[in-house]
Amino acid sequence: MKELFRRAPKAFTPGEQTPDQQTPDNMWVKCPSCGELTYVKQLRDNLKVCRCGHHMRLGAVEWTGLFDSDSFIEHDGNITPLDPLNFVSPKDNYAQKLRESQHNTGLYDAMIGGEASLMGQPLQVTITEFEFIGGSMGSVFGEKIARAAERAYELRVPLLTINASGGARMHEGVISLMQLPKVNLALARLGSVGMPHIAVMTDPCYGGVLASYASVADIIIAEPGARIGFAGRRVIEQTIRQKLPANFQSAEFLLEHGMIDMIVPRNEMRLTIARLLRLYTTRDTSAAPIAADV
Amino acid sequence: MKTALTAWDKVQISRNVQRPRTLDYVRILCDDFFEFHGDRRFADDAAIVAGVGRIMGRSVMIVGHQKGRDTRENMKRNFGMPKPDGYRKALRLFHHAEKFSLPVICLIDTPGADPSMESESRGQGNAIAENILVMAQLRTPLVSFVIGEGGSGGALAIGVTDRIFMLEHSIYSVAAPEASAAILWRDSSKAADAAKTMRITAQDLHEMGIVDAIVPEPEGGAHLDPENTVRKVGDLIMNSIEELSAIPTQTLLDQRYQKYRVIGAFDTLTTNQHGNGEPLVFP
Ligand SMILES: [Zn+2]
Repeated sequence: MKELFRRAPKAFTPGEQTPDQQTPDNMWVKCPSCGELTYVKQLRDNLKVCRCGHHMRLGAVEWTGLFDSDSFIEHDGNITPLDPLNFVSPKDNYAQKLRESQHNTGLYDAMIGGEASLMGQPLQVTITEFEFIGGSMGSVFGEKIARAAERAYELRVPLLTINASGGARMHEGVISLMQLPKVNLALARLGSVGMPHIAVMTDPCYGGVLASYASVADIIIAEPGARIGFAGRRVIEQTIRQKLPANFQSAEFLLEHGMIDMIVPRNEMRLTIARLLRLYTTRDTSAAPIAADV
Repeated sequence: MKTALTAWDKVQISRNVQRPRTLDYVRILCDDFFEFHGDRRFADDAAIVAGVGRIMGRSVMIVGHQKGRDTRENMKRNFGMPKPDGYRKALRLFHHAEKFSLPVICLIDTPGADPSMESESRGQGNAIAENILVMAQLRTPLVSFVIGEGGSGGALAIGVTDRIFMLEHSIYSVAAPEASAAILWRDSSKAADAAKTMRITAQDLHEMGIVDAIVPEPEGGAHLDPENTVRKVGDLIMNSIEELSAIPTQTLLDQRYQKYRVIGAFDTLTTNQHGNGEPLVFP
């Protein structure tokens, strides 16, 4: 099994996207919320937020634009998943699923981690890739957050996690489940040196991600309209045999129920996090204010 | 001689209505016991029972899931599926145990955390996460024993411990077999297939190095000889509490960190990934 994955990287050398993967800038994109069509270029310039306010999901690499230009340096970009259960079923083959997802996203797994600076302030970061098996949390995912938290602990810098995940990676079974304590142990250690963990919840954040690090972050920020919950909507509807209200498990619902600190639109995310970081890392008042137009 | 049981057979045994539950363990093992109630926030969740008792001359904190044996009791105990209030009761008593230097015994037996509108509204994810975070750094020995079903985060919320043990026919899974089948194949009737594919038996977990030891059950299952099974479980728990109590607290915490830190199946390559897409320009 190991050999299989050692050969896999050849499929995605940097900058070698196949032509059909490159989206021409003149293409239209339909908003899943209001149905309106927008040019890809225009949508990208607007951080993939529709005129109606709907926040479309971003890929992990797209999120790296949040940091000071060229400041993001990836760490642990060379760790890849295995298939510990030899998961094969008539409908589902994990090894094959991994290869397909790796080909489609250019990533080995659903997570990138690294260091960056935000308006000059150093931090450690992890970002999920939802397109990779629903941003699910398996061994690589857990390992990368644990390592990022450990680096943050060593360097005494904050940790930022940007999250979109359907929950634990089913195909790694209970090993996925055990990533929850693994990650939280590392976060507890980070907390012991007074460095904050800031979690950004984007659409969607469910299951294992919520039941481990994201919902116990020191500061929890959600994007408008993000769906956030422990149990999936479908599961709850099947259990209680009735339809749930439309806003149930929305970021706005969670704010109202006291589960998150704030809802921040994407175009204010950079400044918001920078201001927060400054409050925690330079606790004296003599530091210069951060200009809104940086 | 024992016949080989399938994973699905074990699921059935782990759910047998006569299988010893947390309160049976309390009754058989404790010389003295007081059940404590409530999370001091909202409610007392009967899906988790917790309290202080004395086993073999030692005061201990016991926290466990509790299923019912009939419909009425199952309604009261929500089939052993805790709401956030149950986990917050456990959390309160974890802190209590730390304050009074009581070792903690967690008995795991749940299909999973309660999935409902009220549980979501009161932060089910947060309740589980908070327990995991607090158990990670609790300055007292913790031992967990899967006595029946170890269902996902609902089990883990009282399962982050220095030692993890399982009964021979108990199970521990990332999601209950029915839920796994529904998530993977949108077909909950394939639960038996999921039970096999997902490797959820005590033997699987021991092989993966997640579980420290397995206690054998009488042929056919623990329900055929509850008294003896419970005593064997009690012996192993008290032996490991003895052993853990001799370890200095900081060493105990470091070992707990390492215990979970090494869990994971991945490979390290010589080449880095290069994700598709371009960074957006944030203002
Ligand atoms: Zn729209």
